[in-house]
Amino acid sequence: MSPHTAQAGAGTEVRPRTPGRLHRIRVRSRTWLPGLLMVTPSILLIGVFVYGMIGWNTSLALSDQHAPVQDGSFVGLTNFAELWQESRWPAAVGNAVVFTVVFVGGALVLGWFLGLMLDKGLRGEAAFRTLFLAPMAVSFIATGVVWRWLMNPAPAERATGLNALFVQFDLEFLVNDWWTAPNMGMAAMALPAIWQLSGYIMALFLAGFRGVSEELREAARVDGCSEWGVYRHVVMPQLRPVTLSAVIILGHMSLKVFDLIIAIAGQQIVADVPAVYMWTTVFEVRDPAKGATIASYLLIAVAVFVIPYLVWTIRKERSEGR
Amino acid sequence: MRARCTQVSAAVMAAALLASGCGGDGGDGTEVEVFSWWTGGGEEAGLDALIERFEEDHPDVEFVNAAVAGGSGTNAQAVLEGRLQSQDPPDSFQGHAGAELQDYIEAGYLQPLDDFFGEQGLQEAMPDQLTEQITYEGSVYSVPVNVHRSNVLWSNPGVLEEAGVEETPETLDELIEALEAVEEETDAIPMAVGAQWTVDHLLESVLLGSLGTDAYNELWEPGADWDTPEVTEALESFEQIMEHTQEESAAEDWQEASRRVSEGEAAFNIMGDWAAGYFDEVGATAGEDYEWAPSPGTDGTYMWLSDSFTLPEGAPNEDAARSWLELVSSAEGQDLFNPVKGSIPARDDTDPAAYEDSAYLSEALAEWQDGPELAGSFWHGVTVGNRWKNDVDTAVGLYLGDGDLDTLQGALHEAAQAE
Repeated sequence: MSPHTAQAGAGTEVRPRTPGRLHRIRVRSRTWLPGLLMVTPSILLIGVFVYGMIGWNTSLALSDQHAPVQDGSFVGLTNFAELWQESRWPAAVGNAVVFTVVFVGGALVLGWFLGLMLDKGLRGEAAFRTLFLAPMAVSFIATGVVWRWLMNPAPAERATGLNALFVQFDLEFLVNDWWTAPNMGMAAMALPAIWQLSGYIMALFLAGFRGVSEELREAARVDGCSEWGVYRHVVMPQLRPVTLSAVIILGHMSLKVFDLIIAIAGQQIVADVPAVYMWTTVFEVRDPAKGATIASYLLIAVAVFVIPYLVWTIRKERSEGR
Repeated sequence: MRARCTQVSAAVMAAALLASGCGGDGGDGTEVEVFSWWTGGGEEAGLDALIERFEEDHPDVEFVNAAVAGGSGTNAQAVLEGRLQSQDPPDSFQGHAGAELQDYIEAGYLQPLDDFFGEQGLQEAMPDQLTEQITYEGSVYSVPVNVHRSNVLWSNPGVLEEAGVEETPETLDELIEALEAVEEETDAIPMAVGAQWTVDHLLESVLLGSLGTDAYNELWEPGADWDTPEVTEALESFEQIMEHTQEESAAEDWQEASRRVSEGEAAFNIMGDWAAGYFDEVGATAGEDYEWAPSPGTDGTYMWLSDSFTLPEGAPNEDAARSWLELVSSAEGQDLFNPVKGSIPARDDTDPAAYEDSAYLSEALAEWQDGPELAGSFWHGVTVGNRWKNDVDTAVGLYLGDGDLDTLQGALHEAAQAE
């Protein structure tokens, strides 16, 4: 969102005036005018294409317009309540929760661990950093295609992918159903996402580790702190902001996950999540009101992650006097 | 310098926007835009053959092939929906004949084609049951180009011999016995299925085989009663068949499931007759690597689905669009398209010689021209609209997770009442 609006804002601001004219206007007008002009296009664009659309979506979700051509009337929160009475929606929410917990937890732990390794001065740090970060450059669709093959759920006698590897090394007890397991399959679905994002989390943590000054660590060591104790009591407490950012970034990605699921499972109930359900509802069933309701739930779920982050950022900026 | 760059790029962008916004449809009859999701394999080749003939017959009309790739039409349908809603329809678009078009008809996007059917004599050229089953509130809205059969049982003769199954099963009970024999005697998968939708596909063949053609067709009348012992019995057969499918099915699509049959990894697969085209593509030999029969209990019935073309309301080049429909509905056009696409013509008066190269197609065509009973495929959009179809799909998906047959029947019944 922000890169596009920023570009559009800069483009329309500079285009109509030559620098000389802009200068004269600036001299004549009050100091706030240029600033206002600068942000007006992006305020308008964001107003229409973000908040306007959210408003439209919300009004659709509160209506009974269940076919594209029919007119809807206001029905309050009926759609929001009805979703919970069917079997598919709670299952999709359950899947999203399992996915989010495993993905956020897994990427945090792995990212933190990789960051720690590099901070401890691993030989060839630059190479490892690039290596761990590289999966970030791959799209979820490409990741999904590869992991769909890796996580093939065929039993030992027909095994391919990782299952075949397990069979090869006489680890047949590890052969499993992966994402096709009815209840906890979504935990396996989180593996590709962890693989893809843990490098990024590593970079966040590494920056965090490096941000803790050597004097502080030295002081702790002088006071007789063990190396583990230095991390436990000195470094980690200062990483809270980094951890929070990481949780928010991973959390909101995870709740609206769509492309990874489509690449691995397609539209199947076993791997159904709210975003896939929404797509089916809007484009296949063609039920605008129900689709908008699911979209609203997604927005609320993401907001639960993003709003505390915004509040925290604003507070921090205030306290730092910016 | 920087400002000039920005000015130039802004001007370029504005020009691009203008071009994309105002380009195209002049509406003066010099072009015809046809929208489809035929972008690969035999489908594309068949479409190209039609386009070539169209351009020969109408040298003054430019043919615009607006095909959108992917997802057996789901991507195309999302694009199409946007164009129809913003009143920018193509001159003709592809859609499965039958109830799948219902939403478009109700929205007033499509013109009735009764006069066209009359002019071209299509009522006589196509089987009565076919035109009946695509009629919506007394009118037809699309011109069928081809017919596919959904209820085909593919089997591997080698595996069946090894299992001691001597005759192709003709009833569901015989099928289940055969599946058990394969399970016991061989290492092969008794019944190969793929991702969730192929299970929907299997379900419709089992329902047809267990209930018979008339009772099956009645199931898809709005408000139909699914809460009957007959449906329970059909679903029990379905469950027994599902017990003999492979564990990893969810990770495979129909191609893998069919390929397992032709390569001897599986004994049976119930899939539409597009599998015949796929077997040709992978170099399998009919009679040796695979055999076919109507799915058990459905001999004499064609569970059909059909690709068809429409005439949208407000088509910019209506005359040219009618010429296109004329071509695709003619015996000549259908014989150009179908042998390449791997389907049989919807008309029953076309030339069998065009289909002689394919063992499957020539047999299927003979059967079609013989006047079989017709049942519409639910999964492929003939009998039910998108909402009902999706409800069934959801019920089947939930059943695959929890294995609860009563819940499945309850959900199927409820889906029928919701219409």
